[in-house]
Amino acid sequence: MSSEEKLPGWREIPIAGVPYKPSTEYKTGDWKVYKPVINYEKCTKCMFCHTYCPDGAIKIREDGFPEPDYDFCKGCGICAEECPVKAIEMVKD
Amino acid sequence: MSEIRTLKDLAQKPDLLMSGHRLCAGCAAGIIARLALKATRGPTIVTNATGCLEVATTIFPYSSWKVPWIHNAFENAAATASGIEAAFRAMKRINKGPLAKYEHVDVMVFAGDGGTYDIGFQSLSGAFERGHDFLYILYDNEAYMNTGIQRSGSTPRCAWTTTSPAGTVIPGKREWKKPIARIAAEHEIPYVATASPAYPMDLVKKVRKGLEVEGPAFVHVLSPCTRGWRYPPEKTIKIAKLAVETCFFPLWEAEFKNGEIVYTLSAPSERIARKPELKKPIEEYLKLQGRFSHLFRPKRREDLINEIQQWVDREWKLILKRCGKL
Repeated sequence: MSSEEKLPGWREIPIAGVPYKPSTEYKTGDWKVYKPVINYEKCTKCMFCHTYCPDGAIKIREDGFPEPDYDFCKGCGICAEECPVKAIEMVKD
Repeated sequence: MSEIRTLKDLAQKPDLLMSGHRLCAGCAAGIIARLALKATRGPTIVTNATGCLEVATTIFPYSSWKVPWIHNAFENAAATASGIEAAFRAMKRINKGPLAKYEHVDVMVFAGDGGTYDIGFQSLSGAFERGHDFLYILYDNEAYMNTGIQRSGSTPRCAWTTTSPAGTVIPGKREWKKPIARIAAEHEIPYVATASPAYPMDLVKKVRKGLEVEGPAFVHVLSPCTRGWRYPPEKTIKIAKLAVETCFFPLWEAEFKNGEIVYTLSAPSERIARKPELKKPIEEYLKLQGRFSHLFRPKRREDLINEIQQWVDREWKLILKRCGKL
């Protein structure tokens, strides 16, 4: 949320404070120190990185290869640790 | 369950827990919720007890859930699920109301160990007894992580927490972990299972089975916590795997069939039952986690490590006996 955006007052917000925005508008990508970089020559499309990503930040491209979404990746490094062929490297963001 | 056979099929299913939630980097609860939601069949209603998952996924005005979602207090997660299921049945009966058009509705509960072992146990036990058709997923991070790592009924013995600090007087928590999944199974509900995020297909299959059975189902998932267990975030899956490989957290299912509770071991634990030499010593699991570091530094506490190993062996033997492997 940008600081300029005007927040709704108590009269405008939905009853019981129902969240009305998708969390995809909140980018968690700036949390990370290291970012995963995939070496597509080694990648076997095993899908472990996509499955184990707590943030769902590894998307599957049309060609079946995984691709990290740096807008949401928090840089935990699970994908690099669990990649069976070590195709993912964590590099300083 | 025919449409999901491999991880590739699983990847094709859309994520129902969206990115942008504010769980810690490397949190297993995010993995568990994502995978569990991928196993749902159709219209799904999720109710979420207070806990890390609830706090981090629905920070006002944002929500990460792509399914109808209700927050409730620690005490009444299962009671809320009972109400949803009863409302659905009532709408079906009179053929009126927004849910009447559906064949079935998957009612799911996500609750942490505080909301299950301690505070929410009465409503859970009551809902099991009344036999509502819902699935209760317990993501067990072994303490009240959301409020700052206080001990819960799930914290294992000798683990450091802020309310059971390890020092010269006590070696961390003094009590053992409560066997919640076995207690749930003793309610004679149709389906109880333990699962781990390290074995995603196994987890997804169990969640799906829990949704498919008529009546209450309970899935206990171990959820390593990077902050509370004191380990670097990339080790989450490794630790979850070690918990199974050391038999600290064996994977099994229990079904209530023809008046009997039938226990079966799941593949990762079945392998260890068949080849006992694959069972790793508990030390390998303990030494990766900072919450057990006082067992190794400044002086190695052989007596406490042995004590934990004996407890693990005892629990493992008990499960083997129940599964008819002994």
